[in-house]
Amino acid sequence: MSDQTKRTPQGKPGFGALGRALAFGLGLAVVGGAAGPWAPAAQAAGVLRIGNDGEPQSMDPHFVSTVQTSRLLDDMYLALVTFGAKGEAIPGAAERWTISPDGLTYTFTLRDHTWSDGTPVTAEDFVYSWRRVLDPAMGAEYASLAYIIKGAEAYNSGQGKVEDVAAKALDAKTLEVTLTSPAPYFLAQLTHQVFMPVPKHVVEKYGRDWTKPETFVVNGAYKLASWLPNVEAKLVKNENFYDAKDVFFDEVIYYTYEDRTAMQKRYRAGELDICREIASEQITWLRDNLADSLRIAPYAGIYDYAFNTTQKPFDDLRVRQALTMAVDVEAISEKVLRTGELPAWSFVPPGVENYTTPATVAWKDVPFKERQEKARALLAEAGFSKDKPLTFTLRYNTSENHKRVAVAIASMWKQIGVSVELFNTDGKIHYADLKQKAFQVAREGWIADYNDPQSFLFKMEGKTGPLNYSGYDNPEYNALMDEGALTIDLAKRAEILKKAEALAMRDVPVMPIYYYVSKQLVSPKLVGWHDNALDKHVTRFLSLK
Amino acid sequence: MLRFILKRLMIAVPTLLVIITVAFFMMRIAPGGPFDSERALPPEIEKNILAAYNLDKPLIDQYALYLGGILHGDFGPSFKIRDFSVSELILAGAPASIQLGLAALILALSVGVTLGTLAALHQNEAGDFAVMGVAMVGIVIPNFVMAPLLSLVLGVYWGILPTSGWGDGALRYKILPIFALALPQIAYIARLTRGSMVEVLRSNFVRTARAKGLGERLVVMRHTLKAGLLPVVSYLGPAAAAVTTGSVVVETIFAVPGIGTYFVNAALNRDYPVVMGVVIVYASLIILLNLAVDLLYGLIDPKLRRAR
Repeated sequence: MSDQTKRTPQGKPGFGALGRALAFGLGLAVVGGAAGPWAPAAQAAGVLRIGNDGEPQSMDPHFVSTVQTSRLLDDMYLALVTFGAKGEAIPGAAERWTISPDGLTYTFTLRDHTWSDGTPVTAEDFVYSWRRVLDPAMGAEYASLAYIIKGAEAYNSGQGKVEDVAAKALDAKTLEVTLTSPAPYFLAQLTHQVFMPVPKHVVEKYGRDWTKPETFVVNGAYKLASWLPNVEAKLVKNENFYDAKDVFFDEVIYYTYEDRTAMQKRYRAGELDICREIASEQITWLRDNLADSLRIAPYAGIYDYAFNTTQKPFDDLRVRQALTMAVDVEAISEKVLRTGELPAWSFVPPGVENYTTPATVAWKDVPFKERQEKARALLAEAGFSKDKPLTFTLRYNTSENHKRVAVAIASMWKQIGVSVELFNTDGKIHYADLKQKAFQVAREGWIADYNDPQSFLFKMEGKTGPLNYSGYDNPEYNALMDEGALTIDLAKRAEILKKAEALAMRDVPVMPIYYYVSKQLVSPKLVGWHDNALDKHVTRFLSLK
Repeated sequence: MLRFILKRLMIAVPTLLVIITVAFFMMRIAPGGPFDSERALPPEIEKNILAAYNLDKPLIDQYALYLGGILHGDFGPSFKIRDFSVSELILAGAPASIQLGLAALILALSVGVTLGTLAALHQNEAGDFAVMGVAMVGIVIPNFVMAPLLSLVLGVYWGILPTSGWGDGALRYKILPIFALALPQIAYIARLTRGSMVEVLRSNFVRTARAKGLGERLVVMRHTLKAGLLPVVSYLGPAAAAVTTGSVVVETIFAVPGIGTYFVNAALNRDYPVVMGVVIVYASLIILLNLAVDLLYGLIDPKLRRAR
């Protein structure tokens, strides 16, 4: 007798039918699906599985602006200068280069190498690529990074001609670039995706579709095999890569995870080798249970609050100084965040190349109690008292961490008689308002595009425009930045930039809170992972024990 | 019947147009644009980008361009996943979403009706209380709580199913998301079925059937179930809508490559064309499913068929 016809004492169908019904439902549930093996498949050898905390934007390097996408591009493209195993800038597509004595002209000699379809990479490919980035009709987000090349800004803003962009192919293997001013950071900048080459012969043939896996051609260690949006992008070894014999992994899969907890679970289940981001709220658990996988390292980024210096009362130096010195940044790092972030006293994080020790705020070593007293006195001088307290709105973009920091800082300000209203919106609204200067005090952050202090300090230059959220415009600071831009001697330049930073740290248009850290899970079996300030870990240098 | 279908489809067109128009203007009115980010763009770059995507044109022109595009089957490019057009994204994501939604609906229906019927037949007994208790839990615990919990227990602790991801579409990757999506619907359908069946079991025609000496199994299968399922069939429309919208959460949690995931990310990124594309797909799906439910209802209830 089947379960379905079995009777209970009352003569009704019994609950034993449930099992059959469930099985039936589940059977139907997979209708239309490609049924696969039930048991988890064994991971193929030679495959690196990376949890990436965001969907790639494009496989075309000229339309990419996210860190999550740049990881794939670093694996697939070889720019003139590229990242080494420790995130340092090393020769890439260019074997060597010379720099003219005035620091304006760079002549690159390309190494003998080919695109993944076997076509030789030429200097003309680079000229074509950079002109493409700068073409106004392309609408490339990062084109301004190439403005250091003579004629680039004029062409990109529709004022100049493409022929005037000073990047020339002298012959198939020689590329000459002329800059608008000497820029010692230019070589480091060349590692950025905006300077990566695209294959002229393929782009011109397929147009916008050239990045489809079936037509995609690159000059890096890996090429794209498939891309399923929101799931994974699979890269396979490029056998035509000039150093293919030293590339360990045959395949790299970047799994997209917007949800960090889900990504972490997958790592714990042994389905990922690397998690490029962790869920910070689980840091204690991770420290206790996955200590050998947890990698926390200083990262070239700053988390800060911008004061709108174009508005009262934040145009008053005393107010900005008072608010900055009344914040215990050490407590923020140690008690609020607890994920290894370093308290910030300067705008440029420590360890940035081509620099000296960053210039810090003057009260760095003053005990917190004393700082609070001084802050109260400064506010009184600025005309604020118990009867007339300083009140304003602190804005931040929606995130649990931003909220925790904002609440903590608001309570610190309360101790010196300042009343703060917290206001949060999603990132799009937040930054649209910041750009319009529609804020009083607001959370912002900055990650360096390239390893140089200029990549941080330019943000406070008057000419920077909307990106200078605080609206700081100090002629002395601007002049120092201009002087730094013209100085070839790196040591001398570092001193000039430090003077500029010292000025900014006196004027505090922005209040440094902490330096970012990179936080990830890396399988202890992986070899070649070196923590570095830019958090660059190019797969071609990784292998397994 | 054909006239009824045609009439409903005729109404669907203006309904869709209203949805498209409202969604289009609401998206544009929402503060923050697709290219606003931590990195404010220099004005000249912003100008180039806006021109490249026609965003520098007056809103009404953009609307006209969009409608024109749709008529030609072109939903535009994605602003954020630049290598894909919206149509390509939807074609890539729809199979997973449809599989997930359809499977969850079938699972919910088969298990929910079975549980509800059994509970009604064993009214006020231990089994009934157990089913209704579990159903209550299923209704009360939302997807975004249940889904991570399932993934943690079955994926991480027991290691019998993948925690998330899609693999190559293998069955084991689908089980958890389907179950998480179906669970609230199983619970709701079980309660609905039980309530309706209890009522029908007490009705005169059932009593008459029993008095005639008809076996209990036949009474249930042939007479009671058909009448008892009418409320469940009515609920199929809202259930389909709930499964469709619920899949947005479940797909995100389990990293399913469905269109629900695009919707969440696109809305956050102000990727207007993708949001619009997904809205159109969802709206069309819900309109069609409601039509199917109405047709099914007519098949079960002859009174309604005659009314048409």
